[in-house]
Amino acid sequence: MVDFVQMIVSGVAVGSSYALMGLAMVIIYKTSEVPNFAQGEMALVTSFFTMMLLTTFGYPVWLAFALAFVFAAFLGAFLEFAVLRRAKNPNILGTIVITIGLEMVLLGLVSWKFGAEHKTMPFPIGPYDSFIIGDIFISKLEALTLVSALGLMILLFFFFRYTRLGLAMKATQQNSVAAKIVGIRTNRIMMMTWGISSVVGATAGLLISPVIMHPFMMWDPMLKGFAAAVMGGMTSLPGAVVAAYLLGIIENLFGGYVSIEFKSVVAFAIIVLVLCFKPSGLFARHYVKKV
Amino acid sequence: MDMKRTYYEDVQLVTSPVVLFWLALLFVFLVVFPFVVGNYYVYVANYIAINIIVAAGLNLLVGYTGQISLGHAGFFAIGAYGTVILMAKAGLPFLLALPCSALVAAGFGFLLGLPALRLEGPYLSIATLGFGLTITQIIGRIELFGGREGLHAPDIVIGSWIINTDRQFYFLLVFITIVLLTGMRNLIRTRVGRAFIAIRDADIAAQTMGVNIVFYKTLAFAVSAFYAGIGGGLYAFVLKFIEPEIFTLMMSIMFLAMVVVGGQGSLMGPVVGAGLLCWLDLKLRNILDIPFLGDWLEALSRSWFSITGVSNIQYIVFGSIMVAIMLFEPLGLYGVWLRTKRYWRTWPF
Repeated sequence: MVDFVQMIVSGVAVGSSYALMGLAMVIIYKTSEVPNFAQGEMALVTSFFTMMLLTTFGYPVWLAFALAFVFAAFLGAFLEFAVLRRAKNPNILGTIVITIGLEMVLLGLVSWKFGAEHKTMPFPIGPYDSFIIGDIFISKLEALTLVSALGLMILLFFFFRYTRLGLAMKATQQNSVAAKIVGIRTNRIMMMTWGISSVVGATAGLLISPVIMHPFMMWDPMLKGFAAAVMGGMTSLPGAVVAAYLLGIIENLFGGYVSIEFKSVVAFAIIVLVLCFKPSGLFARHYVKKV
Repeated sequence: MDMKRTYYEDVQLVTSPVVLFWLALLFVFLVVFPFVVGNYYVYVANYIAINIIVAAGLNLLVGYTGQISLGHAGFFAIGAYGTVILMAKAGLPFLLALPCSALVAAGFGFLLGLPALRLEGPYLSIATLGFGLTITQIIGRIELFGGREGLHAPDIVIGSWIINTDRQFYFLLVFITIVLLTGMRNLIRTRVGRAFIAIRDADIAAQTMGVNIVFYKTLAFAVSAFYAGIGGGLYAFVLKFIEPEIFTLMMSIMFLAMVVVGGQGSLMGPVVGAGLLCWLDLKLRNILDIPFLGDWLEALSRSWFSITGVSNIQYIVFGSIMVAIMLFEPLGLYGVWLRTKRYWRTWPF
C-alpha cells in the first residue's frame, strides 16, 4: 500500500513537469495553432542562460532567476517576431517543420556553447532534499514543481478569463480578422503569447535542471508534455494539466507493476489509444472541419 | 508548353528525345561512377541511395497525401531487423527476405494508418512520433533481435553472386532505387495517385467525389512504410551492424527534412533533398577538417563556444535550412528549380 501511494506521489511529481510543458504548448496552440516543437529547447536555452549567470558571472540567485524569466519572455517573443511571423500562411506541416528547425538550431547552439558533458545547476534546493510524511517521500523540488504547476494553471485560467490581454488572446484565436477589426493588434498579441508560453516552459526547464542538465534534457519532458497537451485536447489548459498528471501516474504505476523497461514509452501507447476513441483529445469539443 | 493531346502522352515514361538523352547520360554516369572514385565515395553514394528510397516513400505520404509522419525511423527499423533476422535466423535468401520484411513494415504502416484516419495536425504528428519511439524500445528489449547489443548483418548472396564490398552493393542499390522510383512515378500517375492528391487537396471534397478515404489513406501509409522498410533492409547491409540506438527520433526528423527541403509533392524533390542532406551530414561530422571554414570555426569555438561541442554545428545547419526553406520557398529546392526554369524560358523578355 505504501508502495502504491509512493508511486502515485512520484507520478504526480513527474506529471507536474509534463504539465508545465503541456501548458506552455497549449498557450501557443490556443492562440496561433502552431504545435511548438521548439518549446523544450526554448526552456533549455533559458536554463543554460541561468546557469551561466549563476556560475560564470556569480549573480545572486534571486537576480539570476528574475533575469531568466525576462530572458525567456524576450526569447519567445523574438522567435515569434523573427521566424513564425515571416512565414506566409503556413499549413500545419509548415509550422511543424519550422518549429522543429528552430528546435534543432537552439539545441545546436546550446550544445556548441556548453559542450556535451553533464552540468550541475547551483540551485538553492538540492535534488535530494525531501519531506517525509508518514512513509511517503517527496523531494522538495518535486513539491515546488507541483505547486508551481498548479499555481501557474490557476493564474493562467484567470488570466485568460478576466484580463483584457487574456481576452484579446482568446479573441485572436477565435477569429483573428474580427479581432483586428475591433482594434486588437493581433501581431503584438502573438508575440506576447509566445513570451508568456516561453516563461511557463522555462519554469519547467529551471525545475528540471537541478536533477539533470545536458543538452538533451528537455526532449523527454517536451514530448511527454506535448503528448499530454494532445491528450487533453490541445486547446484546453485544465485538459493538458489533468492529462499530464494522468500520464505521470500511469507511467509510474506501469513501471512499478508491469515492466520498468517500457515505462518511458507507455505514455505514447496511451496517447494512440486515447486518440483512437477521442480523436480531438479528452477535453476539447470535437473539431468539425468546413469544406 | 506541356500540352498533352492524348492520354498516352500523360502516362508515357520518356516524354521527349531530350529527356531520353539525359536519362541515358545519367545511366552511363551511374555505371561509371563507382570505378572512377574511391571507396569512401561509393559508401556515400550507397548511403544517399538508401535515404532517397525512404524519402521518396515518405514524400508519398507527406507530399502527395498530405499526412504527417514523425515515425518513419520505426518502419526503417522494422525493415532492417526483419531482413537481417529472416536471413540469419530463418535462412531465407536476401531477395526474399527484403520484400518480406518490407511487407511486415507495410503491415505496421496499415495499422498506424487506421488511427490516422481520424487524426490530423498535431494529433497525427504525436501519434506517429509515439509509434516510432515505441518500436525502437520494443525491438531493444527482445532477445531474438539481439537486444541492446545489436545484430551483425550476414553477406548477401544472390544466386552465385556474393556481395561483400560496397562497390558490388552499389549496383544492387542503384538497381533497386531505380525500380522503386519508377514504380513511384507510375503510381502517382494512376488512379491511386490521383486519389492521394485529391485527399491532400481537400479530403471531404474527395470523399464526396467517390474517393474511398479509408482505403487510400491506409494504402498511403502502407506504401510509404513499404519503401521505408526496403530502405531499412538495405541500410543494415551498409552499416553491417544494427542496434536500436540508430533508429532515433532525430532520424525520423531527418527523413521529414529531406522531403521538405527537396520539395514535397514532386518526384525529384526527395532525391535532391536526400542527396543534399546526407552529403551535408557526412561532411559536417568532421567539420573542422573543412578548409578555411574549419580553422575559422575552431578559433571561434575556442574563444566563444566550446571545442567539445563543435560537432553540434550540424544541428544548427540543418535547423536553419529547414526554417529557411519553409519561410522562403515552401516548395523546396524543386520550387527553386521550377522558378529558375520559368525565368529562363522567356529570358530576354
